[in-house]
Amino acid sequence: MHDNSSDGVQTRPGHVLGDDIIVIKNIYKVFGNVMAVCGFSLNVRQGEVVVVVGPSGSGKSTVLRCINHLEVPTEGAIYVDGIHLEDEKTNINAVRAEVGMVFQQFNLFGHLSVLENITLAQRLVRKRTTQEAERVAMEQLERVGIPEKARAFPRQLSGGQQQRVAIARSLAMNPKIMLFDEPTSALDPEMIKEVLDVMLDLARGGMTMVVVTHEMGFARSAADRVVFMDQGCVVETASPRTLFNDPQHERTKLFLSKIISH
Amino acid sequence: MTGEVQTNLQIGEDGNGRFNVRGFPWWLVAIIGFLIMMFLLIMTNPDYNRAFNFIKGDFGGIEGLQDSGIAGFIGTGIAITIYTTLIAFAVALVIGLLAGLGRVSTNVFVRNIAITYIEFIRGVPTLVLIFTVAYVIVPPVSEMLGFSGQSISNNSRGIIALSIIYGAFLAEVFRAGIESVPLGQTEAARSLGLNGRQAMRHVVLPQAIRNVLPALGNDFIAMLKDSSLISVLAVRDITQMARLHAGSTFRFRESYLVLTFLYLSMTIALSLFLRWYEKRLRQNAR
Repeated sequence: MHDNSSDGVQTRPGHVLGDDIIVIKNIYKVFGNVMAVCGFSLNVRQGEVVVVVGPSGSGKSTVLRCINHLEVPTEGAIYVDGIHLEDEKTNINAVRAEVGMVFQQFNLFGHLSVLENITLAQRLVRKRTTQEAERVAMEQLERVGIPEKARAFPRQLSGGQQQRVAIARSLAMNPKIMLFDEPTSALDPEMIKEVLDVMLDLARGGMTMVVVTHEMGFARSAADRVVFMDQGCVVETASPRTLFNDPQHERTKLFLSKIISH
Repeated sequence: MTGEVQTNLQIGEDGNGRFNVRGFPWWLVAIIGFLIMMFLLIMTNPDYNRAFNFIKGDFGGIEGLQDSGIAGFIGTGIAITIYTTLIAFAVALVIGLLAGLGRVSTNVFVRNIAITYIEFIRGVPTLVLIFTVAYVIVPPVSEMLGFSGQSISNNSRGIIALSIIYGAFLAEVFRAGIESVPLGQTEAARSLGLNGRQAMRHVVLPQAIRNVLPALGNDFIAMLKDSSLISVLAVRDITQMARLHAGSTFRFRESYLVLTFLYLSMTIALSLFLRWYEKRLRQNAR
């Protein structure tokens, strides 16, 4: 178990905008005539690990994608590091450079080697020299445990290795926040652990993380808070211990009974 | 655009090294047989020989080409056909890429300009467009640019027309290529902080172009064939030379069989190269 000093979940005082690195204020997202997210609010402190769980179609991924503006909320506001994302004057690319995102399908650039995947954005966005970018890339590849794959191409790697490269690619930008959108859902079972280990390491290192996942084990050991969503709304937010052992709402109980019974 | 024969080019052997009657490319044998027969006729029969020498263009051609070494070797007629195709295709690639990007642009104005161009071109027969571009569009536009319409040769007009026509077809090829790259690639690039243009240039386009290389090859072959249409502008490509020869000697059979032979030997060579290249691409993708 990890000992990030955060019993503060329940005792946390009402916070001001400036305190939290992510502030989501009552967002709604409508796709056609489907309400994917209805009135979602969440504040995330620096260094906090928030895991969002819930049945498929509950709007978890949509919320996550709103945090780096891949989706634009129909209503409501999101502040990342104090910057209002929906403001037209906001340079969204500058915000995104500070917010790493890891996708379910890895989304490595197929025409580039592992090293080039990791250096591309460093060079274009961070304006690092190729040498500097490659140094950072190798550091990150060491961190995720596959430096020997630097010259390989994505299609030559296993799913787990690809996802670790994707994590390294995001980390190389030195983001303040990391978002994970079901990072292990597309993986073969035997590869899930290698990815979760990297994420756990990251959480212990103090990275601010918002993770959408079905891995309850990860939520238990890494999360400061777990948010349970259903039908676009937050049903319950609590520390993992409380949420898994003593859920307050019927819907949470039902969901947990379905996924943990086996 | 070309009617490709869908056969895989395995050279007549199955996995066990046994002769495979069903998989053997009999079609290729037939075509090569025709080409060899034509070659022998040209070498031995004086009428065919005369037609061949006339069409490949030992006689006449456009200024400046007669003297150059390569045209002297392969003949001005063939040189005109090949260089018309090469230049027009190169220009069409640029037009097509720009129009294809315009076609997928989020800017309403840019997108509609691109769609107008593409749909306009695709709605008019190639032959009609060649006349229209060469005689109606080129003169006023060149006047506007400050040089006399007369100064532009018919060959150049033909090249301009083919470029504009194929630009529209290639735009659709590039559009399809761009759309074949999964949205996740753009999302990953954007989430790393690349702007839309950087994501397109460094992530989407390289993969899109790789995906459409075979299609571009097919369009190159199609353009080689359609370059024959510029003969209507009296450009002395091999088609025009064949018409001239047939018209002056009444040797229609010799003229047009030799012409067929010339196009077929070029397109079959290109088509075989393309098949080989596609096969290699597929193997690399694994």
